Amino acid sequence: MNKNASPNTPQRRLRRGWRRGMITAASAAALGISAIPGAYAADPIRIGVIAENSAISGVAITNGAMMAADEINAAGGINGRKVEIIDYDDHNSATDAVRAFQRAATQDHVAAVVGSYMSEVALALEPWAARLRVPFITPGAASNEITRHVKEDYARNKYTFHGYLTSTAIADANCDFSHDVLVEKLGMKTTVLLSEDAAWTKPLDEESRKCLPKAGLQILDAMRVSPDTTDFTPIFNKIEGERPDVITTGISHVGVQPTVQWHSEQVPVPMSGISSQATTTTFWRDTNGATEGVIAQVVAAPDVAITPKTVPYAAAYFKRFGVSPAYTGYTADDDVHIIAEAVGRAGSDDADKIVAEMEKTDYVGTVGRIEFYGQDSEFPHAIKTGKDFVSGLMIQWQDGKQVTVWPEKIANGTLHFPPFIKLPQQHASAQ
Amino acid sequence: MLALQIMVDGFAISTLYALGAIGFSLIFGVSGVLNLSHGGIMVAAAVAAWFIAGPLGAGQYLGALGGVGIGVVVALVTYGVVVRPIQRSRAIPHDETEIFVLTGTLLWGIMIQEAIAYFFSDSPITVRPLISGVVDIAGVRTPANEILTAVICWISIVLLWLLVNRTAVGKRLLAASINPRGLTLLGFELSSVYLMVWVIYGVLAAIAGVLLATFLGTSSNNIGVLTASAFSIVVLGGLGSVSGSLIAAYIIGYLETATAYLLTPTLRTIPSLLLLVLVVYVRPQGLLGRR
Repeated sequence: MNKNASPNTPQRRLRRGWRRGMITAASAAALGISAIPGAYAADPIRIGVIAENSAISGVAITNGAMMAADEINAAGGINGRKVEIIDYDDHNSATDAVRAFQRAATQDHVAAVVGSYMSEVALALEPWAARLRVPFITPGAASNEITRHVKEDYARNKYTFHGYLTSTAIADANCDFSHDVLVEKLGMKTTVLLSEDAAWTKPLDEESRKCLPKAGLQILDAMRVSPDTTDFTPIFNKIEGERPDVITTGISHVGVQPTVQWHSEQVPVPMSGISSQATTTTFWRDTNGATEGVIAQVVAAPDVAITPKTVPYAAAYFKRFGVSPAYTGYTADDDVHIIAEAVGRAGSDDADKIVAEMEKTDYVGTVGRIEFYGQDSEFPHAIKTGKDFVSGLMIQWQDGKQVTVWPEKIANGTLHFPPFIKLPQQHASAQ
Repeated sequence: MLALQIMVDGFAISTLYALGAIGFSLIFGVSGVLNLSHGGIMVAAAVAAWFIAGPLGAGQYLGALGGVGIGVVVALVTYGVVVRPIQRSRAIPHDETEIFVLTGTLLWGIMIQEAIAYFFSDSPITVRPLISGVVDIAGVRTPANEILTAVICWISIVLLWLLVNRTAVGKRLLAASINPRGLTLLGFELSSVYLMVWVIYGVLAAIAGVLLATFLGTSSNNIGVLTASAFSIVVLGGLGSVSGSLIAAYIIGYLETATAYLLTPTLRTIPSLLLLVLVVYVRPQGLLGRR
């Protein structure tokens, strides 16, 4: 994967979409000025970003990557090399994503690719990372399959890294929260799983079935709904009939409907668990406040100092884009830093050297301290999880704000539910 | 209990389907246009209602009104920019006009979809309900907005009926659908009749779009599905027959709701699609079709 020796051409950065075009044009102009007589003689480190730009979690990948590149470049680059982001819109289609990946590798000569929050898309890119030998990291997909492929054929699939929690890790964190708060504090005993039918929820449900009963929540039923479902009334009616204390959600692509209908029909059971869209600050606006009381797992929150980088990063992101970062906005920023530093340590764009250096990553990012599990672990190339690494936290929507409710040591509020919710111990809501 | 639940839920959704499909049917009946950008107009109205009510902070009532207004504008643009030029074009052979209108409106619908996705993202949003709270109907907890939705839809349908059957304008619409040539011979301008029917269509589609979005939320990704559902209702009811569409909307609405409750929500649309295939085989003109 040798780069061609041509100097940086700002024109190639002008990609489709005038809005993004304006931003890139502006930064290209800035780059042009600084590139006068040999300030940066070396070629830039090109990093491809493949994401769906019309989805909140997708565009946050592109935005987060640009934030990281600008930060690195403002500090002088890596060994004098600037970081250049080349972004591709995959329209949430695996076919488009694969085409973009091929183009990134063969035409645009990227050093590595950051791509997609959809497990289905990330899984489609993984064999191409192997075939074209381009390091690839997904900042938002969750399926366990991604690292399983690395485990099964390391020599071939070692180019893929999993920059977000695996479904198993997500389920485990949710179980810990369920035990600490829902069971211990609110006295809940039963739950119903409500998951969308997608690649990432299969290992999620599998792990939840194991860890939720251990956490103290008996699973009364598990429902898997099509991501195309528009009317959740029958589903909520069925769940309500089973009288669980809480609904454990595993939803990401299904949209606002479950949240909106849960609120408008005043389903008296709280919703808690994984709800990717509820992690973005626009979700309140998108649901007209129906998300009040919803509990969701996030990797970082704009006002919680998980590391010294989290709060300033979220503030800078908000200033630039007018919204807080979706979860992928944090991880994509970290991933670009990790790649750039690995390229710097490797001292070349050689894929195998970059992979070797990425494996040695010890980087304090916006979501925690990031290291990757080794070849012999259960999830090779997944980010390490746990107290000292990335643990995730739980937020609850209260009056238009995301209040962090778990883990206790960084929580800035306690659970508070809308009036239509009936808790097992009614007094608990007032705590 | 379950039966009552299906009755209540099915009624609201069927009424919305009816309102959405009636306009679609009306425009085919009067001007022979199958408007495949139908879903686009509904979603454009819904997104406008959401944007005016929420981000612009005008509140849900102004939002809903504004949304309907934008829906009418988009409908008129559809007519003025896409349908009319094709109908008038000398380059297009006369007997191929309908195919060109079909293709043109389909592409226009995709353009609307891409434009909405570009400016507002394709993340689903929900329009603020006109009223909040729930009403207990014999043990079925029903959102008050759902009841209001059904009421507004029925008022619109009754007003449309009165307009078509009791006013001079309506008689012209009917005449245009039966014999356009005769109407022109009597000295009426056919283009003004068409303009009128597109305005009526715009109002109906926009109201349906906004109300549906308060109920189920909306997204630019829903455009194709909305067009398809109106299309199947109209085919089932009989192309061009407004009362046929009304009956078909209730059949499909209840079939879907019953499937969701009695079988599984995942299979919701399957039985109605099977029914549609059956109708096309057994009675291709639809329930009340006249062609």
